Amino acid sequence: MSGGPELRIKKPEYDKIIAHAYSCLPNEACGIIAGSADGRRRCVGAVYALVNTDASGEHFSIDPGEHLKAVRDARSRGLSPIGNFHSHPSTPARPSEEDIRLAYDRSASYLIVSLAGKEPVLRSFRIENGAASPEEIVIE
Amino acid sequence: MNIVVSGTLKEYPEGLSVSRLIEAENIETPMYVSVSVNDEFVKSGELDSTVLRGGDVVEFLYFMGGGRR
Repeated sequence: MSGGPELRIKKPEYDKIIAHAYSCLPNEACGIIAGSADGRRRCVGAVYALVNTDASGEHFSIDPGEHLKAVRDARSRGLSPIGNFHSHPSTPARPSEEDIRLAYDRSASYLIVSLAGKEPVLRSFRIENGAASPEEIVIE
Repeated sequence: MNIVVSGTLKEYPEGLSVSRLIEAENIETPMYVSVSVNDEFVKSGELDSTVLRGGDVVEFLYFMGGGRR
């Protein structure tokens, strides 16, 4: 127990992120997560796999229309948007300079899944004032 | 009037424009935020002229993207 921020995610939601990341290869995958927040702990209640409108292995952008549909669906289920995820097909699971520069929502959790190794690696970060700090992921 | 802002019911005075709501809600870096009212996006040039009505549902969506560099 680190006492730092924590993101709890159930195995089916974790698997959905990983599966979406593999399904989008060689491009980056992306989506949003919704759930609840209670102090330092966040719980993922739903994962929305969305289209990377950049269709690129080096960039991603979430389509605003898809983003809105996902947020509205989450609201209808009593959930709130709490962050987003994207994949790094061939680089580590840490934010690039561009990821940090474009992280405008400092309330969000930024999840990155790396497919660079034999096994996928999922990490989460909070990004604020140009700095990324890790957020512990607990898979339930 | 009552409007729903980011999933929360709130009370605001009549005649409130979207741009005034952005200020009132202390939305950071608003130039990177898309605003929807009742599931329709408000064009960036129409934030001042779009007046909210009671019962409207507003969402603020930050641009979400990134890259390798």
